[in-house]
Amino acid sequence: MPKGNEMNAPNSFRAQPDERGHFGDFGGRYVAETLMPLILDLEREYRAAQVDPAFKAEFDDLMTHYVGRPSPMYYAERMTDTLRASAPEGKGPKVYFKREELNHTGAHKINNCIGQILLAKRMGKTRIIAETGAGQHGVATATVAARFGLPCTIFMGARDIERQAPNVFRMKLLGAEVRPVTSGAQTLKDAMNEALRDWVANVHDTFYIIGTAAGPHPYPEMVRDFQSVIGTESKAQILEAEGRLPDLLIASVGGGSNAIGLFHPFLDDPEVAMLGIEAAGHGLNTTQHAASLTGGKPGILHGNKTYLLQDEDGQIAEAHSISAGLDYPGIGPEHSWLNDTGRVVYEGVTDTEALDAFQLCCKVEGIIPALECSHALVGLIRRAPLMDRDQIVLVNISGRGDKDIFTVADALGAKM
Amino acid sequence: MSRIADSFAACADAGRAALVTFVTAGDPTPGDTAAILDALVEGGADVVELGMPFTDPMADGPAIQKANIRSLGAGTRTADVLAIATAFRVRHPHVPLVLMGYANPMTVRGPEWFAEAAAQAGVDGVICVDVPAEEDDALGVALRGKGIASIRLATPTSDAVRLPTILTGADGFLYYVSVAGITGQQQAAQSSIEDAVARLKAATHLPVAVGFGVRTPEQAAAIGRVADGVVVGSAIVDLVGEHGANAPAPVRAYIQTLSSALADARKELA
Repeated sequence: MPKGNEMNAPNSFRAQPDERGHFGDFGGRYVAETLMPLILDLEREYRAAQVDPAFKAEFDDLMTHYVGRPSPMYYAERMTDTLRASAPEGKGPKVYFKREELNHTGAHKINNCIGQILLAKRMGKTRIIAETGAGQHGVATATVAARFGLPCTIFMGARDIERQAPNVFRMKLLGAEVRPVTSGAQTLKDAMNEALRDWVANVHDTFYIIGTAAGPHPYPEMVRDFQSVIGTESKAQILEAEGRLPDLLIASVGGGSNAIGLFHPFLDDPEVAMLGIEAAGHGLNTTQHAASLTGGKPGILHGNKTYLLQDEDGQIAEAHSISAGLDYPGIGPEHSWLNDTGRVVYEGVTDTEALDAFQLCCKVEGIIPALECSHALVGLIRRAPLMDRDQIVLVNISGRGDKDIFTVADALGAKM
Repeated sequence: MSRIADSFAACADAGRAALVTFVTAGDPTPGDTAAILDALVEGGADVVELGMPFTDPMADGPAIQKANIRSLGAGTRTADVLAIATAFRVRHPHVPLVLMGYANPMTVRGPEWFAEAAAQAGVDGVICVDVPAEEDDALGVALRGKGIASIRLATPTSDAVRLPTILTGADGFLYYVSVAGITGQQQAAQSSIEDAVARLKAATHLPVAVGFGVRTPEQAAAIGRVADGVVVGSAIVDLVGEHGANAPAPVRAYIQTLSSALADARKELA
């Protein structure tokens, strides 16, 4: 694949997508014809909302008073000290955490859901659907649906329903119908297929709240914009704390919404390097992983062209990660573009490495991170020995790990 | 003229709608498909749609989802689908053959590769569910370069504003998806189909074929009175699911009921 040093860097990394929703070769609107008029409507409505001060005011108000923003930027002193202790002399950067896990519902997912339900309301839609893997996006969607009094159906793989019982119960408490999906491997990919099938049959009244920065245009752009509150706040907060921008940003990437939300406001700051961490599951040398960029190739699925895990005939492979939120064979199209331009570096992290980082964060910071962002913490552990003490790293703690304690206990062989 | 245009023209001359039939390639196994395709033709199908199996058929209902799973479970590869098409073309030199499926298996080796392979296999047209007119560069351009018809779908959501976009670059026939939904579910009200067909025929010179949810000879006949073609898929796929390798006989018998219904449909009107 061409990397940035082999191709002409664009004037700006923040000017994507083009008017057809393409991020370079990626993105687009690969949907059934029935959905096209709706997608075009959604784009028109989003453009109108972007320049409507009332829309922004309502979004900001909910972010402040309902979600609890801004989320803190926290100097992770003990993590910094711990990494310095094992780093070579003079190495070990100063570590900051962006505390998205402190948001209402416990993850960054709510930022996007607030934005999309305001659009749904604006478009006069009266029913909400969403897909979910781990249940975090399902919970966030059920939450905003309850807040706005709209009926809500969440599609969830039958196997994920078994793995994530507490979140299933949460969604039900919030008034959502959780519909089990029994096709395919009964995980996130299949839930998305089923949500698309429902949507195509109910276009007249239904709004599909997609949970990550993927799917047909304008979703990748729209979700990125709603999540960019993470990076915009981070920029102001780090300038306030340190008087300069960080040297490195690190975030985990499944579909990639928390990562693009953090990265996007910094993309045109050349001094800021960025590292996206994919789930390498049992290892990139096995078939049991979810690393679309490092282990896949470009293809078309779920409305967009992007890197996918697939065979030579274009049949989609099943993904694997210990983190249900990263367990998807694709990735948002903007990440595919950022990978090919070389602006962001992507690496894989295994289940085992993520479990170790999960435990380290619990012990030295008193923060139980989600398994998703535990992958990002492995990126931190890898880079720390190579970076100078006066450098700054910012890691997105995208969600809290309370939902994961059963999975972790199981993996560690602990009885609960 | 192309095989597709010839076939629709011959049906029009005979005073009946064309019968367009769909099965999934490789269902239940790649070796069984040839006999099932022959049964379609023997039963009176005018156009044959051969589904390319895909792991994620997000526009299909349970019947065709299961067919995809059976086919992929039997190890069907793209090379098998193309071999099935090639052999069909040898056995049936005049019957139009259309590949139907999803973007990723069609474009994974590049659209030019697929267009060339399909042309070599004697394929007349391609229906790609998730490549709308806006993304024509991804497939349609390469197909036209090889003389293969890019068959577009119109739906109940295709209004007067949308229709010209769909029709630009459309070829072969226009496939009217009569319900907003997935394959094999409920059928649309006859009156809505009649209105839509009239609207579409006013906008294009292409034949208009109507599908989604058509199961009985009566339904086929009612549509055949107003449309140029009737598409039947899930009902045939259900028979393949039920009878497996023994499907050709029941498929042939079922197709005969549809084709006779279409042959008589407009006579009853006269």
